[in-house]
Amino acid sequence: MQIGIKHLLGLQGVSANDIQMLLDTATTFKQVLERPIKKVPTLQGKTVVNLFYENSTRTRISFELAEKRLSADAVNFSVSGSSVSKGETFKDTVRNIEAMKVDMIVVRHASAGVPLYLTKICKSIVINAGDGIHEHPTQALLDMFSIREKTGKLEGLKVCIVGDIAHSRVALSNIFGLKAMGAHVSLCGPATMIPRGIENLGVKVYTDIDKAMKENDVLNVLRIQLERKAREYFPSVREYHQFYGITQERIDRNNKDILILHPGPINRGVEITSDVADGPNQIILDQVTNGVAVRMSILYLLGTRTSEE
Amino acid sequence: MRTRLKNISVCDPVQNINDKYDILIENGVITGLSAPGSDSSGADREIDFTGCVAVPGFFDMHVHLREPGREDKETVITGCNSAARGGFTGVACMPNTTPAIDSAETVHFIRMKAEKHLVDVHPVAAATLGRKGETLSPIAELSEAGAVAFSDDGVAIKTAAILRRVMEYANMFDRPVIEHCEDDSLAGGAMNEGFNSTIFGLSSVPPIAEELTVARDIMMAEYTGARVHIAHISTKNAIDLVRQGKAKGIKVTAEVTPHHFTLTDDMLAGYDTNYKMNPPLRTAEDVAAAVEGLRDGTIDCIASDHAPHTLEEKEMEFEYAPNGILGLETQVGITLTELYHNNILSLEQIVEKLAINPRKILGLEIPSIKEGAVANITILDPESEWQFDSSKMKSKSFNTPFHGTNYKGCAKAVINKGQIYHNDTFSTI
Ligand SMILES: [Zn+2]
Repeated sequence: MQIGIKHLLGLQGVSANDIQMLLDTATTFKQVLERPIKKVPTLQGKTVVNLFYENSTRTRISFELAEKRLSADAVNFSVSGSSVSKGETFKDTVRNIEAMKVDMIVVRHASAGVPLYLTKICKSIVINAGDGIHEHPTQALLDMFSIREKTGKLEGLKVCIVGDIAHSRVALSNIFGLKAMGAHVSLCGPATMIPRGIENLGVKVYTDIDKAMKENDVLNVLRIQLERKAREYFPSVREYHQFYGITQERIDRNNKDILILHPGPINRGVEITSDVADGPNQIILDQVTNGVAVRMSILYLLGTRTSEE
Repeated sequence: MRTRLKNISVCDPVQNINDKYDILIENGVITGLSAPGSDSSGADREIDFTGCVAVPGFFDMHVHLREPGREDKETVITGCNSAARGGFTGVACMPNTTPAIDSAETVHFIRMKAEKHLVDVHPVAAATLGRKGETLSPIAELSEAGAVAFSDDGVAIKTAAILRRVMEYANMFDRPVIEHCEDDSLAGGAMNEGFNSTIFGLSSVPPIAEELTVARDIMMAEYTGARVHIAHISTKNAIDLVRQGKAKGIKVTAEVTPHHFTLTDDMLAGYDTNYKMNPPLRTAEDVAAAVEGLRDGTIDCIASDHAPHTLEEKEMEFEYAPNGILGLETQVGITLTELYHNNILSLEQIVEKLAINPRKILGLEIPSIKEGAVANITILDPESEWQFDSSKMKSKSFNTPFHGTNYKGCAKAVINKGQIYHNDTFSTI
């Protein structure tokens, strides 16, 4: 049996079977990561390019480690800013990279749809490492892996995503992935951060964090962007923290068993306090470890897939 | 030069005729309309148009010819060739060029470029200097130079205060103000805001950005008594506002593009930048409202918003690619296929939307197919089935989402200024 998808562009439309296979394979790779020699020869001779048009050191390092532990040749290609300012078009850049005979491209870009576009202009296998405010499927897979590892299941679980849903690529991927696996997904945040029509995806929307905490098993707390533009969506960091910040006091008062995830990097004292970020309910560093295993799983399953043509 | 167009139906709503004739044209002037075969006098040339319909020459009141400034995308001449190929004998070109059309010199420059071409080109001048929304452009001088309307197209006129003065001033010369309705503080997205923008993860502009400005502009037209024309209207609520404005007797008119009365934002699922335009494609409900607006007369005309861009620009990432698609060479095909053959508009009504109303709005002479009139004619073949091939366009650019689409109904020829464009060639008539 091999995975159904050819590329990982997002989790929209990916089958429960494929997700199950990705998570199960990640479990095997996690065991590899526990060994003294954390390397397997699976992708020896394959070349993977990490094409990052946005600065995201964490995601890039996680992919790079995953690639190296599968013995692939990993190359980083980072471009700051858009191709507009750079002079060379995105298409030309990609053609240049492909001319160097690569097998897989891991892409991060500020514009949604770029991973799909890549599949149209080159022959490489494409993995989306985050496109605009669209999807970030590997983050969602590692979130799901971490939840499953901790609770033993995804089906029937109540998961609430908290924060700036409208400007998050993590939220949409989590919604698609978790729902495919039978979890109940809800969202919580100020009305200014809830995108229009999202309830049509079959998710419940809360604006009251205490209620959301009482009614859910898991909170996936998103990072609040502190840049000027993002700040137009709420009055102040202080007010955001007061009304949506996850504190130990809130956990104790609402749901002391709740599981807390955060995709990082954390703004301590904003969306989450230090006592929670370092406390017993969170699995934030497990997520980071699992990220490498999950990305190994994706690279392996897509990189060794034999095409039917 | 005597040319006889044989066996051609004539549809001219102004004269209320819809019959079959032989049309005799001498040196660009119609000198005879006779029953087919009845006039046996000699002619230098006879063209058989059996199955075709002659209508007053079509006019597209919203095109971007890109000259001066972006001649790599389009020039006055390539734009005119595209218009002729698409079935148009006249266009009004928008002022968002570099420099903007905000001086009499630029108006003269564009008119001079088009002087010898079959297609009439009427510049729309900027309402404010540099389209910046700060200082009135020299509206009197521009009117005198031949500007037919005033607009900051690309954006709405920035403030209500400037809009008021533009309207009051332009109204002295009976020139309409053409508004690109979009509230600047809500603008900037790459697609329509709604469920689709949420799941496609693209930045978005809400429909209310258009509607707020339409409301402002209609109210200002009422207050000043001036004429306002809403360009490329695209939302149901905006169309309702125009309908209400007309019912109140306010001097408001509106145009819609073929893409806004046929396509929805579902098309953006593939992130093809040929579906990126401003205003963006909206929902099925808005498309239905546009069709209804055309049917009940709320929307006066169809205009293409022909917006050429280079391949390199359109091949950019979706968020960065420029807005706009070509329209001149698909407009007639789409209109006949979607509106005529689907029994939404009669041929007479289509002639009103594509030939008569735009000229009325701009205060231009309305061509008529009668003896003694200058021949300004579009010849349609309403039944011909064809497939649109973007590689064969006359435009200098290729940015169209319609490549490969099948249509029923096309423009066969156009006649104006003593010239005919037929079978891809211009000749005197
Ligand atoms: Zn416009």
